Amino acid sequence: MTMTPVLQPAAAVHPPPSELAAAAAARLPDAASVDEGDALVVEAARLIEVARELRDGLGLDYLMDVTCVDWLDRMETVYHIGASTGGSPLTVKVVLDRSDPIVPSLYSVYPGADFLEREVYDMFGVRFAGHPNLKRILMWEGFAGFPLRKDWREAYFEEEQKPFGSRWPSGRFFFGEDKLAAWGDNIKYPTGYTAEGIGAESAGTRDEAYVLEADALHHTPDIGADRIVVNMGPQHPSTHGVFQMRLTLDGETIVDLEPVMGYMHRNHEKIGERNLWLGNMPFTDRLDYIAQLGNEWGYALCVERLMGAVVPERAEYIRVVLAELNRIQSHFWSIGFLLNDLGAFFTPSLYCIEERELVLDLFEMTTGSRLMCNYMRFGGVAYDLPAEFMPLAERLVFDRLERSIDELDNYLTGNEIVMERMQGVGILPPELAIAYATSGPVIRGSGVPYDIRKSDPYGIYDRFDWDVVTRPEGDVYARYMVRIGEMYQSLRILKQALRSLPEGEILGGRKAWQVRVPAGAYYSRIENPRGELGYYCVSDGKSNPFRYHVRSPCFVNLTSLGEMCKGHKVADVVAILGSIDIVLGEVDR
Amino acid sequence: MAFGLGVVKGMGITLKHFVDSYVIGFKAQPSASGDLPAPSAVFGGMPLTTGGMQTAQYPEEKLPVPERFRYLPFLVYDEEPDHERAQFDGIRCTACGICAKVCPPQCIWIVQGRGDDGKPRAVSSEFYIDASICMSCGFCAEYCPFDAIKMDHEYELSSYERHESWVYDLQELLHPVAYHAAIHPTDYARELAETHAKDQAKRQKEATRAAAAADSGEDAEAIKRQKAEARAKFLEDRARRKAAEAGGDGAGG
Repeated sequence: MTMTPVLQPAAAVHPPPSELAAAAAARLPDAASVDEGDALVVEAARLIEVARELRDGLGLDYLMDVTCVDWLDRMETVYHIGASTGGSPLTVKVVLDRSDPIVPSLYSVYPGADFLEREVYDMFGVRFAGHPNLKRILMWEGFAGFPLRKDWREAYFEEEQKPFGSRWPSGRFFFGEDKLAAWGDNIKYPTGYTAEGIGAESAGTRDEAYVLEADALHHTPDIGADRIVVNMGPQHPSTHGVFQMRLTLDGETIVDLEPVMGYMHRNHEKIGERNLWLGNMPFTDRLDYIAQLGNEWGYALCVERLMGAVVPERAEYIRVVLAELNRIQSHFWSIGFLLNDLGAFFTPSLYCIEERELVLDLFEMTTGSRLMCNYMRFGGVAYDLPAEFMPLAERLVFDRLERSIDELDNYLTGNEIVMERMQGVGILPPELAIAYATSGPVIRGSGVPYDIRKSDPYGIYDRFDWDVVTRPEGDVYARYMVRIGEMYQSLRILKQALRSLPEGEILGGRKAWQVRVPAGAYYSRIENPRGELGYYCVSDGKSNPFRYHVRSPCFVNLTSLGEMCKGHKVADVVAILGSIDIVLGEVDR
Repeated sequence: MAFGLGVVKGMGITLKHFVDSYVIGFKAQPSASGDLPAPSAVFGGMPLTTGGMQTAQYPEEKLPVPERFRYLPFLVYDEEPDHERAQFDGIRCTACGICAKVCPPQCIWIVQGRGDDGKPRAVSSEFYIDASICMSCGFCAEYCPFDAIKMDHEYELSSYERHESWVYDLQELLHPVAYHAAIHPTDYARELAETHAKDQAKRQKEATRAAAAADSGEDAEAIKRQKAEARAKFLEDRARRKAAEAGGDGAGG
């Protein structure tokens, strides 16, 4: 079997964000203006009109991120809209009244806004008029308050910002349970909340609503069968974690699927806003814990841009080497577990894990940890490569990994059961893949050559010779093939990077635990193994981020899950979910 | 593709690994005592070049960990403390508090020590690490300017109780510098080199100063005189300028 790398057309010249914003503002001068940060500021009432113009007039067809910033005197919803053909994204802002934040939903223009807007509603209480399913997504229904608002305080709240004053110089240890009021005024319930539901007059519990909904779908004219709602998960081995899917079934066929998530929500972003800038670095490892170094890189990129830090040459190469090794081990893992989902219980995945362990050995000797690496710093990396790294990495890259991928390809790609189970299942057409803002192997499996390493290059990826892998089919098999192909491409990059790894500094500037980040905002994005990972950081010049937002690729990719599963059988849902390859640490954040 | 070929291919790979497990890997290693081969043998060769049986019989056998492996922090004390710090048992920590401030989950608690005279001294009298909160990020060790806190390799820490026994106090955290040197040989070598370089620089500076003083006892006097004159002139200038400014303000007002 061969992969089909698609040659990118010669790098097109993409306009910088300032020109994009100016062009957009010129089209609708009465509705939009450009602020000093090159963001397009739009009136709430005319947002949909502007969005249509951006999509149809300027070709910005890809809404990658929706988030919000609470400035205490006002709310600001922030959209990042780019083109699936490449180029840097345009930032669009809408200023809202904080006492009653309401903004039109972009669902009708960009269906990919579905989960992202629900998240903003959940976390900030911004209502999106016209959203078809506006309800909480990460928190539970009986939760009061909006956890990412600046005045919200969590359980065991100590101080607004770290470092906490109690630790030094007179730190006498206490247990949080003893001294901090966990159940004091930090926990609130909505008025009228009981364990049974909210308010007496409401339509009962959420589950009852689902039963009613299923009843409404009750009659199927052709065979007269009942429709039933099945809760798949959260305790289910094939959901890759604590994740639930509500399936509405007609017999064995899926009529509707709704992902239910948030079981592992820990308010990562709020923790990030309490932390020092540097303190967020180890926390990013815990997002997508199969792609630790990519997470760190994305965050480092964002803060480096805000600080204006310069990364030395050697550190750039080390970052590429480790990130590409990371991609290979992550794809090994996801292919292994996709096969698990298909019923090949642990035989292929153990062979995959064997290779992955060797890569993790390299991570461990370089960074000190196999998973929670905490290796990137603002302006470089923490330590230089150890002496024994290069010989081992060279043997892996130039010899062993290529043969292991060949082995996978040889045994799995042409296997008749694998093909039966994966081909033609979970098809996502390219236009839907773009509309739902999917990224990573999902969008490339649908034939769209959207890879941030090429379309909006960061680091030193523009120096290497490699191809974006795509497949036209858009099914589970295509996503599997894209992953296999990407592993080969990562090896190509690794070979070039290892050959030309320069000597020199690994950290630009002085090593410092406290960094000065001038006021400003930036959205950085990198191509993680699972897709576009974005960080939106707002600095007010203090020692902690004012706003720290993570655009999770898995979370957004799940938007398209329902669409992909419709019409298939329950067993196929497992394969389709496996092909999206979610990591719940990142979905729930 | 012929029907069943995938199964045959699959069984082939299983057979290959079965045979390998007797030919290469741990079973083929000369070590019969149950000890694992030296770290260099593990990291330097076997798993990368071979397949075969790679099972280590934990906990009887333990895989070696690389030097940078980090688990929980510990504090370093010198067995031969500096003279001036001898009364504090050679603990390197100076209670500067950087580790407590940089710690992302804020699991370090430090009390600054006081000397016999009651004045605060550059030493910690109490030091707690809440191991149940520690996220093993290693920032404390990385940013400690005195090489006083390091990351341990010990990872078997289970206990029957999950509150008090997880809060490590100063006595539990202290390890001799020899322990640090044993588990972090490269890092310790760097530390020694830095100390040596610092000593050298200090000695050289003293030597130059002494030489300069010996060279030109009179010159030193002259410099002192010049400095005193310059200062007197500066003060005079300033007084004049101030007077002028005050006069200007008065005129403006």
